[in-house]
Amino acid sequence: MKTYLISLFSPDGPPPEDLDLSRVMADLEVVNADIRAAGAWVFAGGLGDQASATTIRKPDAVADAVLTDGPFAEAKEHLGGFTIVRCDDYDAVLGWAERIAGATGLPVEVRPFVDHDDPGQQPTDR
Amino acid sequence: MVDDPAGAAGARSAVTGADIARVFRAEHGRAVSVLIRTLGDIDLAEDAVQDAFAVAVERWPREGMPPSPAGWIITTARRRAIDRLRRESTREARHEEALVVHAPPEPREEGPVKDERLRLVFTCCHPALSPEARVALTLRLLGGLTTPEIAHAFLVPEATMAQRIVRAKKKIRDNGIPYRVPRDADLPGRLAAVLAVIYLVFNEGHTASSGDELGRPDLALEAIRLGRVLVELMPDEPEAMGLLALMLLTEARRPARTDAAGELVLLPDQDRSRWDAAMVAEGHDLVRRCLRRGAPGPYQLQAAVNAVHTDATRAADTDWAQIVQLYDHLLRVAPTDVVRLNRVVAVAELDGPQAALSDLRRLGLEGYTPFHVVRAELLGRVGRWTDSSAEWSRAADLTGNAPEARHLRARAAHASERAAARQ
Repeated sequence: MKTYLISLFSPDGPPPEDLDLSRVMADLEVVNADIRAAGAWVFAGGLGDQASATTIRKPDAVADAVLTDGPFAEAKEHLGGFTIVRCDDYDAVLGWAERIAGATGLPVEVRPFVDHDDPGQQPTDR
Repeated sequence: MVDDPAGAAGARSAVTGADIARVFRAEHGRAVSVLIRTLGDIDLAEDAVQDAFAVAVERWPREGMPPSPAGWIITTARRRAIDRLRRESTREARHEEALVVHAPPEPREEGPVKDERLRLVFTCCHPALSPEARVALTLRLLGGLTTPEIAHAFLVPEATMAQRIVRAKKKIRDNGIPYRVPRDADLPGRLAAVLAVIYLVFNEGHTASSGDELGRPDLALEAIRLGRVLVELMPDEPEAMGLLALMLLTEARRPARTDAAGELVLLPDQDRSRWDAAMVAEGHDLVRRCLRRGAPGPYQLQAAVNAVHTDATRAADTDWAQIVQLYDHLLRVAPTDVVRLNRVVAVAELDGPQAALSDLRRLGLEGYTPFHVVRAELLGRVGRWTDSSAEWSRAADLTGNAPEARHLRARAAHASERAAARQ
């Protein structure tokens, strides 16, 4: 079983006015429901915008940490949200990613986590 | 080489390095695909097949070629792989790596898979891989070409091509790109990607994007060989048949495409008696067979256009009306400006250059060599020689293919002379 990160890239600034956000969320929930039904669901969430980010640098254990207000890298598009799935079918993962892209109109990236049997990647049941 | 196929002793001594190289190329795809299935790892499978051929090089010249070379290679490779895995079984990581390619333990219900090579094709041409990587992997794993051969064919340094292949395999492994034939629902899209890879190989062989040779016949023939494999593997896919027909009907004209000096000869000026009659006949037969299925796609329609061209014994006999019709049909399934450009060429023959020039204005193909070639030709036909010459030069500047550039410069010079003569 492999774990994949499906990342969603959002443009900076407020969402366009003609965007029907409730519609987007409803469409996403349909995809989420299918991911759950396939037993692949781990976690998903949306992130605060770039302005909410704090970057921390601490070159070694003893140096003082330097906190900077803002994201690590300024860009026109930033990581806006992500979905983590565990699944043994890469094509199915790509299919969900396509549907997430279609529902949001945003570019989506799929990446595998390294070392598929890392116990640290086992989802925690609560 | 002793040419004595009848005697066993003769057959024995007749096994040369070239024979083994031929078997390698012909059977590599089959052997690797079976081994990937067994071992679950592309690199292990390739290594095992390499090992088996190394044994063959040593033994076949001495013992003669086995009755089923492919079977012998697969059996030997499997044994070698098991030995290798045993030797390395203490290395846990390696063992795990071997399980990463997601090969289902038994054939799934994805339709009858007669041949493991079909899975291999779809893995090599997976849309998550870059087009360059798809081409390289297909030629290497299915086609049995070596990395230096592929690098040479595409005029890139060997190190670059080796890195491309390593990266592609790593992406397959890291992501678990599946080793299987896609589900029916995904098949049309995925098959299109496979056909595109083969056609890309063919086109590079037909007119090289750069270099001193007009084309690379070996690459075009390799694409035709892969096209045959695909038709064999997917006999019910008319587009696979259409692609093979298109390649054959295009390749058939190669002998007439260059003159004795190696210069380009365009279709209307070609000596049609030099076309490869066997390829033309096979292409026509394929076109008839696939169109009978009643599901004409882009490759079948392009093949049909080429069938009309190759039907004409003289350029003047070409049935341009039928060609325009076929392009209209093609535009419905593939509405691209490149198809519109091809239609313009046919319209020029049917309705004259003026009508074609006005069609040309609607196309956004600035910077695409064939667009400038067509414009240059049409401008010449309406007597606008100065403009025509400029277009020929533009086209010559755009192509990286030396014989094509020479031809286009000669046309530019000719058009300039005509312009000067009129003043």
